[in-house]
Amino acid sequence: MAKIKSLDDLKKMQSDLQSKINIREQGENPESHVQIKVAMATCGIASGAKEIMDFLINATGKRNLDVVVTQTGCMGYCHSEPTIEVNRPGEDPVIYGDVDVKKADEILEKHVKRGELVDGIIPVTHKTIDETK
Amino acid sequence: MHLLVCGGSGCHASANGDIAKALNEALQLSGLNDEIQVVTTGCFGFCEKGPIVKVLPDNTFYVEVQPEDAEIIVQEHIIKGRKVEKLLYKDPEKDEKISDSAKMDFYKKQIRIALRNCGVINPENIDEYIAREGYQALGKVLGELGDQKTIETMKQSGLRGRGGGGFPTGLKWQFANTNQSDEKYVVCNADEGDPGAFMDRSILEGDPHSVIEAMTINGYAIGANLGLVYIRAEYPLAIKRLKKALEQAKEYGLLGKDVMGSGFDFDIQLRYGAGAFVCGEETALIHSMEGQRGEPTVKPPYPAESGFRGKPTNVNNVETFANIPVIINKGADWFAKIGNKKSTGTKVFALAGKVNNVGLIEVPMGTTLREVIFDIGGGIKDGKKFKAVQTGGPSGGCLTEKHLDTPIDYDNLIEAGSMMGSGGMIVMDEDDCMVSVAKFYLDFTVEESCGKCTPCRVGNKRLYEILHKITEGKGEPEDLDKLRNLSSVIKETSLCGLGQTSPNPVVSTMENFWEEYEQHVKEKKCAAGSCKNLMSYHIIEENCVGCTACARKCPVNCISGEKKQVHKIDQELCIKCGNCMDVCKFNAVEII
Repeated sequence: MAKIKSLDDLKKMQSDLQSKINIREQGENPESHVQIKVAMATCGIASGAKEIMDFLINATGKRNLDVVVTQTGCMGYCHSEPTIEVNRPGEDPVIYGDVDVKKADEILEKHVKRGELVDGIIPVTHKTIDETK
Repeated sequence: MHLLVCGGSGCHASANGDIAKALNEALQLSGLNDEIQVVTTGCFGFCEKGPIVKVLPDNTFYVEVQPEDAEIIVQEHIIKGRKVEKLLYKDPEKDEKISDSAKMDFYKKQIRIALRNCGVINPENIDEYIAREGYQALGKVLGELGDQKTIETMKQSGLRGRGGGGFPTGLKWQFANTNQSDEKYVVCNADEGDPGAFMDRSILEGDPHSVIEAMTINGYAIGANLGLVYIRAEYPLAIKRLKKALEQAKEYGLLGKDVMGSGFDFDIQLRYGAGAFVCGEETALIHSMEGQRGEPTVKPPYPAESGFRGKPTNVNNVETFANIPVIINKGADWFAKIGNKKSTGTKVFALAGKVNNVGLIEVPMGTTLREVIFDIGGGIKDGKKFKAVQTGGPSGGCLTEKHLDTPIDYDNLIEAGSMMGSGGMIVMDEDDCMVSVAKFYLDFTVEESCGKCTPCRVGNKRLYEILHKITEGKGEPEDLDKLRNLSSVIKETSLCGLGQTSPNPVVSTMENFWEEYEQHVKEKKCAAGSCKNLMSYHIIEENCVGCTACARKCPVNCISGEKKQVHKIDQELCIKCGNCMDVCKFNAVEII
């Protein structure tokens, strides 16, 4: 291990290391970050959701994207698995169906980074409990 | 995804096996061990419900986890994304499950500065500390601030010693800085001796690098090249993590020769204490490190003039050190805004006793006792009535209901007849007898007195004997005067802080619970029912159905009576164990 010789060395090291533990700080206030939920129920897993999940975790890490990737249960769109939900802070959640690695890549590049919607959105067919109040 | 497993001593003790290992094995079985990281962290503070496992990024907080639960966490939470209901924390008042720790009352009112990394990073991995701005304060001090500005920052921040005395840290540093000498020393006081206190242990176990960084800053500010950590040998986990952290820091060039290429040399060594309470006093601590008897000497000279090996020495407590990197990074003004004017920042408390959420908490100075005990602590166990809270350990005093709304800071606590101490907070309920509480602390000081000066060695022993006599039911009204006089003599004439404060538990309980002392002496009664010689068990004739349960349970066979006849306790033989009362289903046993 090369010795740390200056504050700049240290700051550089911090920025390299930060992504590894970002998740812990984001955990404190998940609402302020982009969240991607991957539906990982039996139906999702059977259609390859784990592959998408792996890809998203790796890609967001590599590309230094400030994104929290989590899994969730079945969203009810078993006809279009694997499905993922993209939550940008302050925007309505968007659900994509039939996601493969290529699609996931496109979603990251366009939707997550620039806020542009991509083909493959599943229209919302239900209300959540919060909305019905 | 990260799984954080608490690796503090508290959770270690309540787990029957290695949880991190079990989780790793379960992940391996499901082929998820590459994506999901299991991290052993320091104390989360919520020791009441340990062992704790926290799942990120969704911030799920699992309590009372055992190794056998690893499989269900992996199968349900990790793979299917369903929270494991049975391991979630249940709010005792609202009776609902809370999965997000940020929404728990226990964490809501806390601000974590000294504990900022406890329960967040892996203490055995320096990279995680660096990723959280670690060692940048040191870089700033070495590169930009220099010694004077660093000391100025400490002064402006208003940081006061967290070990108990509350002496301004910046001032202490300045004294050592001004005193010229060929050698100077920095000492970290990790001799945490108050019964029930474990703040320093948790910081060293959960975030050892913050202490190492701060000691190096301290060394640079006063011109010392050697730091010593005086730590109790009975803290093996803290020692292990500290040693590992020292190695890593040296490897990275953050400690040792030429720290961060600045030309400044600083090394840190460990010195083990045998766990004597008096060695928390700085002069006694220094003598113990020099290989002499752990006895205090008169101050002045203060260690800042003549300390370790007769050279200028700065002794600071673990928690004080843990605050320092944050103050340098965020600035003195930021820190001074937290808390109140004369006591800035936060204080860590070890909450113990008859409170629902036993654990480690950090609150801004000026938080009231009520908020600490009832909001964060979740109130008194089993719905009983709050009676008193003991702060400051054996040197502190008991505070009562009327102090509940007093903001906690150094000066207010002293005014109320107690002291901040190192941060032990023991909550007592209606079943605690205050005379016995005073006796308990005196027992501790008698044991821990080094014996050098007479008032402490003999005086405390006499205090203890009088208290013992009162709890035995043999007290006389004159004894109360004797307690008072003796206490003030010991306070005024003892050599060091231990003796000067040792009568505090007696003085403060006498002041706040005078009736209870009188009752013990005059009526020979203990209302709390804890002094065995002042009470007796009796069977209520109307309620007794003669089931014989009590007679069968009595260990000394002092209960007589035929089946279906009223039973009777032989007071001569009774040892007052209380078994008969516990076993009786008809409420037929009473204490008089």
